[in-house]
Amino acid sequence: MRFRLQHASIDTAANRRELLDGGAGGYASFEGWVRDHNEGRAVERLEYEVFAELAIKEGDLIVAEALQRFPIKHALCVHRVGELMIGELAVWVGVSSAHRGEAFDACRYIIDEVKHRVPIWKKEHYRDGDSGWVNCERCAAAAAHAHEHARDHVI
Amino acid sequence: MNHPPPVHGLVLAGGASSRMQRDKAALVYHGATQLDRVFALLSRHVHPVFVSARRAQADEPSRAGKPLILDDPALPGIDREERAGGPIVGIRAAFARFPDAAWLVLACDLPFLSDAALGQLLAARDPRRLATAFRSVHDGLPEPLCAIWEPAAAAALAVHQASGSQCPRKFLIRADALLVDPADRRALDNVNTPEEYAQAQQLLGANGGHRTMQLKIQYYAILREQAGRSEETLETAASTPAAVYAQLHARYRFTLDVEQLKVAVNGEFSDWTRTLHPGDALVFVPPVAGG
Repeated sequence: MRFRLQHASIDTAANRRELLDGGAGGYASFEGWVRDHNEGRAVERLEYEVFAELAIKEGDLIVAEALQRFPIKHALCVHRVGELMIGELAVWVGVSSAHRGEAFDACRYIIDEVKHRVPIWKKEHYRDGDSGWVNCERCAAAAAHAHEHARDHVI
Repeated sequence: MNHPPPVHGLVLAGGASSRMQRDKAALVYHGATQLDRVFALLSRHVHPVFVSARRAQADEPSRAGKPLILDDPALPGIDREERAGGPIVGIRAAFARFPDAAWLVLACDLPFLSDAALGQLLAARDPRRLATAFRSVHDGLPEPLCAIWEPAAAAALAVHQASGSQCPRKFLIRADALLVDPADRRALDNVNTPEEYAQAQQLLGANGGHRTMQLKIQYYAILREQAGRSEETLETAASTPAAVYAQLHARYRFTLDVEQLKVAVNGEFSDWTRTLHPGDALVFVPPVAGG
């Protein structure tokens, strides 16, 4: 599986080993971390909720698209589920390829598509005790925007 | 953003049923009285639901046991045996009891009315108008007894009645009402005479009445919190994901509109207008936020 969901923390070294290839001249990765603020509010922790059946299908499809669009060797994306604290690694993308350009491009493609298409939802718990689902309740315009993107990318 | 007023349900069962020569609320289709059927139908879309009745009817078995809103003796038109004020009296009594609610008002003699039709009306609702009503397929005029009446209509109804008219249809013709063409042309056919009753029983018997099916609905994230559950089995007559969401949107007062969502059927993203089959599993997908 080229897209994985997991409750446990992400072992980046082990994931990287899955991408090793004699024909690869390099590897690029992206790590998404839990930040302590969002849109001016102090964030204490996050909660990721997932529609697993469809998330795995859609995530796999995105990585397959990257392998088709870019001349790369291997690609993998791992996303966390459940409660995460500040500084934790929420999502990891890794790509190996003969040359660096494609590795960067494919890595960027995968993280952008995952954010817009995979049914994963993020609930922010703020330091003031309040909480909210990102893109769902604090700003209807943001939600519409997120979906415009999603629609653009649906194949 | 201001939320529109909540929608309560009102089944009008205060009529004298003079043409039918018997109590219309007690007519039976498929083993359930008209009143029970319409009450159950309305309860699947809005909450709470009341039955409007005359004071003299309060203890009749078909009405007793349901939450009643009785005609208000302070309002005109009710101090006689017959309900001279007609449906307007019932609607005004409902507004007197809950002035801040909008009312989805249904006559009890609509045996063909379906979940899909109510879902369509609720989805089309414009709370800035005085009412949202179906347009009759027979004469193009508003159908006041399958309509959503907004709180602002209460005062205008009082003026209308004071001017001497007891006809809610005349009121809607002149009022700022949104008229909706029913997708099901037969949905609002009503039954007033013994002949029409016999005909309706035959029709409903012949095609099995309003066929419903069971769907599995799973809720995630903000929809899970607002529905207060992560899944349910839904018995519904709605035949497309759009109609199912309209029904659930009204029931749970979801804050997300259909335009903000995607829908998955049986684990795949799907079109909103696909025809659903019994046992299909639906997930309404709120705006995502991975990464």
